[in-house]
Amino acid sequence: MSEPIATGRRRAGTSTTSQRQRYWDLRAAGNFIGGGTGTGLIAAAAVAAASGAPYHAALMLGVALIATGLALVWLEIGKPWRALHVFFHPRTSWMTREGIVAGAVIPLGVVAAVVSRPAPVVITAGLAVGFLYCQARILRAARGIPAWRRREIVALILAAGLAEGGGLALLVEPASGGALGFALAAGLAREAAWRVYHAGLAREAGTGTSLAVFASPVARRLRALHRAGLALIAATLIAATLVTPILVVPISLDPAVIVPVLAMVGGALVVASSWGMKILLITRAAFTRALSLPVVPIRGAKKSHAH
Amino acid sequence: MTRYVMVADLRRCVGCQTCTAACKEGNGTPPGVQWRRVLDLEAGTYPDVSRVFVPTGCQHCANPPCLEVCPSTATRQREDGIITIADDLCIGCSYCIMACPYDARSLVDQPRYAFGATPTEAEAARPGAGAVGIASKCTFCAGRIDAGTARGLVPGRDPDATPLCVNACISGALSFGDIEDESGPVATLLAENRWFRLQEREGTEPGFYYIWDKEAL
Repeated sequence: MSEPIATGRRRAGTSTTSQRQRYWDLRAAGNFIGGGTGTGLIAAAAVAAASGAPYHAALMLGVALIATGLALVWLEIGKPWRALHVFFHPRTSWMTREGIVAGAVIPLGVVAAVVSRPAPVVITAGLAVGFLYCQARILRAARGIPAWRRREIVALILAAGLAEGGGLALLVEPASGGALGFALAAGLAREAAWRVYHAGLAREAGTGTSLAVFASPVARRLRALHRAGLALIAATLIAATLVTPILVVPISLDPAVIVPVLAMVGGALVVASSWGMKILLITRAAFTRALSLPVVPIRGAKKSHAH
Repeated sequence: MTRYVMVADLRRCVGCQTCTAACKEGNGTPPGVQWRRVLDLEAGTYPDVSRVFVPTGCQHCANPPCLEVCPSTATRQREDGIITIADDLCIGCSYCIMACPYDARSLVDQPRYAFGATPTEAEAARPGAGAVGIASKCTFCAGRIDAGTARGLVPGRDPDATPLCVNACISGALSFGDIEDESGPVATLLAENRWFRLQEREGTEPGFYYIWDKEAL
């Protein structure tokens, strides 16, 4: 048997086989949005519960979002009445593992809300992060989609989920210092994870179409929204803890009003930005792999021996 | 141990798509779904350009990413290396489609026929026509192989035990057989020619080999 020839040389024209995937649409994106935001909300609830702040609304909304995401993906599959088959392959399939962990997170979250003690909330949050990790690994294992299969996607999906949940928590619970700190830290982590992911994608050959989506005006606006949201959350945190009189007195606003409003606007911007970027990632930037031929053979040959 | 593989001689393929047509006719795949495709690629930069035809489809990998991700265990690997989909297990989640580095899988979510809403008699009689809402792909005509070997025929040598695309190939570009059979057509071809496999770096160990000898560019 002859040795395989060296691979990796790229030829003009070989990228013509790449096309946008058309099987996972907004419903699939909704699963990643619901799972991420839900997990982030439950994590924010755990932070609030541990510090004695109100958490029930965030916890229940988080559980509901995870369930909604799964319901959306149920609507997408070709054979919804066979949905229980999703549990058949825990040995290697991250989709099976996602389903199994979700089966624990949702009832435990309901129990934690009823029991009203911090410990079950923290345990639920731990499981929810495991659920989100499974979602991230689902994308990582999608080896036919260069924009998903990158190692850096795992950190991005985790950080994005926490940032979305932290941002949404500012809308559904009173903005405590802990909630603001969680939202800001998660938002900064998402920003860092995005930069690492994008840099990695840019280093990989054949990802120009995905990069073009992330460079589009829509994507640029979404990223600007995220930065604006983070700035507002940071300003709110500073205003609430350090320099409230300086910031507020000159414009004659009551800090008790302006701080929660700024926090809510900042949280909403972070959530909107991250949801938008996930929709782009799943439905627009997901292109199949371009065929890469190691050689371009010359045509025309004597009859092969075996024929 | 038997391992069935396909060999495409890129020097001989003329891009006629007869293999594609034979596959569609034999398997009744819906419009828009092609289990056996022939890519028509242009390579190089003017004026040094070349055209290459690349028959492709499921590579029946030894380490198939589709099998790993499938949550329902519908995707399976036979002992002879052929990757199959259990129609009664598949939930149509499309995850295998996302995992395939060769873009070899398809899914249709509603019935589609060549001439309107109802299948022709020929379509109704083919296995692929009813595959709605589940993933589908090239099977190496596993049914023909099984029926043929049950009659003592040898896949790759006897047409009745050989995939339809190989039988139909007008230029002798496609070959099929057991790579472990050292005197068989496939092992002989690979021993006597230079070859490569697609996306070799993925570690999927494809069961689809491409023969070449000289570079066009």
